[in-house]
Amino acid sequence: MSLLRTVNLKKHFGETRAVDGVDFVVTEGEVLALVGPNGAGKTSLVNLLSAYLTPDSGEIIFLDQDITNMSVTGRIKAGIARSFQIVNLFDDLTAFDNVALSIFSRENKTLKLMSLADHDHEVNKETDEVLELFGLGGKGHILAKEMAQGERKLLDVAVAYALRPKFLFLDEPTSGVSTRDKAQIMDTISSVVRAGHITAAVVEHDMDVVFKYSDRIVVMSDGKILADGSPDEIRANKEVETIFLGTG
Amino acid sequence: MDIFILQVLNALFYAAILFLIASGLTLIYGVMQIVNMAHGSFFALGAFVTAWLIGQLAGNVHPLLLLLAMPVGAFIVAVFGMALEPTLLRPFYKRPEEYQLLLTFGILLVLEDLMRVLFGGSPLAADQPMAPFGSMPVMGLKYPNYNFLVIAVGIAAAIGLWAFVYRTRFGVMLRATSQNMKMASALGLDVGRVYVLAFGIGCFLAGLGGAIVVPTQTAVLGMALDALIIAFVVVVVGGIGSLKGALIGAVIVSFVRTAGVQFFPEIELAVLYLIAAGVLLWRPTGLFGKA
Amino acid sequence: MAAMDKRQGRIRLPQVVGIAVVFAVGLALFPQVAGTYQTMILAYGLLFAIAGLGFNLLLGYTGLLSFGHSAFYGMGAYAVAFAARDLGITSMELLLLCGLAATAAIAVVFGLVCAGLTRIFFAIMCLALSQVLWSLSYKFFWVTGGTDGIRVKWPSLLGITEYSGGGAFQRFVHDYYYYVLVIFCIVVVGMWIITHSPFGKALQAIRDNEIRAEFLGVNIRKYRLIAYIVSGSVTGLAGALWVPLAGLITPDTLWWPFSGKLVFVTLLGGFRNFTGPIVGGVLYNYLEVYAIASTEYWQVVLGGILIVLVMVLPTGVVGGLSQLAAKLRTKEEPQREPVTDG
Ligand SMILES: Nc1ncnc2c1ncn2[C@@H]1O[C@H](COP(=O)(O)OP(=O)(O)O)[C@@H](O)[C@H]1O
Ligand SMILES: [Mg+2]
Repeated sequence: MSLLRTVNLKKHFGETRAVDGVDFVVTEGEVLALVGPNGAGKTSLVNLLSAYLTPDSGEIIFLDQDITNMSVTGRIKAGIARSFQIVNLFDDLTAFDNVALSIFSRENKTLKLMSLADHDHEVNKETDEVLELFGLGGKGHILAKEMAQGERKLLDVAVAYALRPKFLFLDEPTSGVSTRDKAQIMDTISSVVRAGHITAAVVEHDMDVVFKYSDRIVVMSDGKILADGSPDEIRANKEVETIFLGTG
Repeated sequence: MDIFILQVLNALFYAAILFLIASGLTLIYGVMQIVNMAHGSFFALGAFVTAWLIGQLAGNVHPLLLLLAMPVGAFIVAVFGMALEPTLLRPFYKRPEEYQLLLTFGILLVLEDLMRVLFGGSPLAADQPMAPFGSMPVMGLKYPNYNFLVIAVGIAAAIGLWAFVYRTRFGVMLRATSQNMKMASALGLDVGRVYVLAFGIGCFLAGLGGAIVVPTQTAVLGMALDALIIAFVVVVVGGIGSLKGALIGAVIVSFVRTAGVQFFPEIELAVLYLIAAGVLLWRPTGLFGKA
Repeated sequence: MAAMDKRQGRIRLPQVVGIAVVFAVGLALFPQVAGTYQTMILAYGLLFAIAGLGFNLLLGYTGLLSFGHSAFYGMGAYAVAFAARDLGITSMELLLLCGLAATAAIAVVFGLVCAGLTRIFFAIMCLALSQVLWSLSYKFFWVTGGTDGIRVKWPSLLGITEYSGGGAFQRFVHDYYYYVLVIFCIVVVGMWIITHSPFGKALQAIRDNEIRAEFLGVNIRKYRLIAYIVSGSVTGLAGALWVPLAGLITPDTLWWPFSGKLVFVTLLGGFRNFTGPIVGGVLYNYLEVYAIASTEYWQVVLGGILIVLVMVLPTGVVGGLSQLAAKLRTKEEPQREPVTDG
């Protein structure tokens, strides 16, 4: 059953056809990889699905409901969360508070003015668990801006994860980190997502990583979906190969 | 009919002064992205310096020569500003806006007292340059011809500034810097020189405003604060960073104010601030500002 | 042990309460050792501190610089003056309610107008709105007394005290100091809780990264509006408390340079610390009192301090001190935490 799908989704920036008639389908329970060269329109697609951008035309259906005109907040409440390609955190707050805020927001507790955030034991417990899951246990007291790049990438994902979405869209969770950290980050994310039975789509460049971690692969190029299939099918696809070899 | 003409003349006079203050404020913001709370003080300084010069010269030279005190006064203000920019202000361009506002607010406070020390606490009058121009009867009142000179200076400043920004090599550098400072410096532009000159020009304009207005009123402490706030209203209405906006804003504000004094004196100022608030709400970047 | 270490960085409530109680007791004892004049000066300082605490909910926690908080301080003061003069209210508690109600009301209106703006546009909008009130107070002199202002008599405190006859001034200042102190303590506790509540954290999130906050499902406009209303009301409370002590309210309190003063207060103490505005308020008041008393050119003194402050001590007195303390601490106990962890 499809959890989310888009129908002929389009977003143009002047001459640039960032997303150009995309029918993107996500099935419940799968971990999907969205690949494609730089400028293929992957981030734009994430932005459209998370209401960061409004489409020029087309529809977005989530759980059989048309959410094309739903606001950012509405989509989050409906269960769509995302992370950011360029780390987007609350830099002057601790890692703990970064994650706790997601939980407070999810539980509609952020309008509580007269209670101490630190004294909500349920939230504290869950925050510690989430940090632990992402290998950030014991680092909760560090300010987000003082963390290492790899940790920041993980924290960015953890903040989205803590919203307990039905669908999690991760935009290049491993960009900008060393190859060694990359494997570790993907291992962590993959195990968290699979253990939590979360439907996820991950934007990723590294084909080795993609083949290793995903159930299905969607290839984008020039704003269009070029191929869609299992890792083996994609591996065998000549067209995909030329695209990736072409861009080096 | 006469009263109408008189009011229009008053409004134009006021618009000329407002344009001189606001164009400098907006130029400085456009190039350096800094809101200069001390800008009103340069206006006041221009008034004080010029009034003092006129006081020294009056009686010794031909009254018409006293007019020379005005560009000299404005120039002194410009030099002062050009000393201030690289030393005090420049380190703050990369800092958050709060610090820029507070720094220039501090400069404002210091300048208030500096003027008190230099020129004494009492108002400084300098109406000698007005006499040679005579006056024109309007509605049984004498309308000083000197005011036409002020209006002319305002128009000349607008044309001059436009020609300077859009028709000179330096103007190109100025606009390049204001659009993209990093790119401009990567292209080998001396951004520091652009900054200091832009600031100098801004100060010159404000100083000139003070210089030409001082014969018609007196130079008093506190005029800096009033000038600053009204200039804010002008640039908010016109769009902060836009020279065209400063011109249109100055005309709008001066006509509203003139009408206000005539028809709704109690809420004249309130209306002005409400217009500023309304424009901010409707279009935060003003009529001509860029996002 | 390790589990405890992981919890570091979170508030240790008993410690915070302990320190607060020590300071509160110190403030309570102050009139016993100081004369009437010094007691009065400190009361003014506490009022600035209250105003600064309100102001800093916006600047420090929400990341919005209001250059128009004179509106709230002045509105609180005028509301008290009107209520005392036109309604004949003499009870300070009722007067405070009037002041608070009036400031909360304009904070709602102004807030609805301002909540969509940020950065310099927010600052100038606040400025413009406060100037509307100032110009009205200045021009409608038959209501406000214009630049002559409105005189306010000493109210009754908790309904039990009459202040007249010999030594009345001393008695009023003494009692009023405690009145201010109690409200100050309530405000400190209240604001401390708000800034450490989930709501306070959400404000800081908005301050740090508006876009990400939106992607947590936080309605930014609403939170800014609430912060604005709380901030304005607290500053207004300070104004309402201030006027009986000052005895006179003029349009100057609504005028924009007074907003600059509140910014100064907060920056002096440090706007990224909860205690910054408190220290800043008390310190600024001493500075102003002694600068004005000692030289005609007090604006040079204040302006000079402001310039030096933004240049060399951008985190304010409290921020600077805590940085110094942190430095000393790392020198004293080098690497006590086990490196093997993680
Ligand atoms: N806000 C924008 N304005 C203009 N062009 C944009 C914008 N966002 C993306 N683009 C363009 O759209 C295309 C797709 O970009 P993007 O979605 O970021 O690709 P990817 O994430 O696959 O690298 C690129 O050519 C990019 O330059
Ligand atoms: Mg991308």
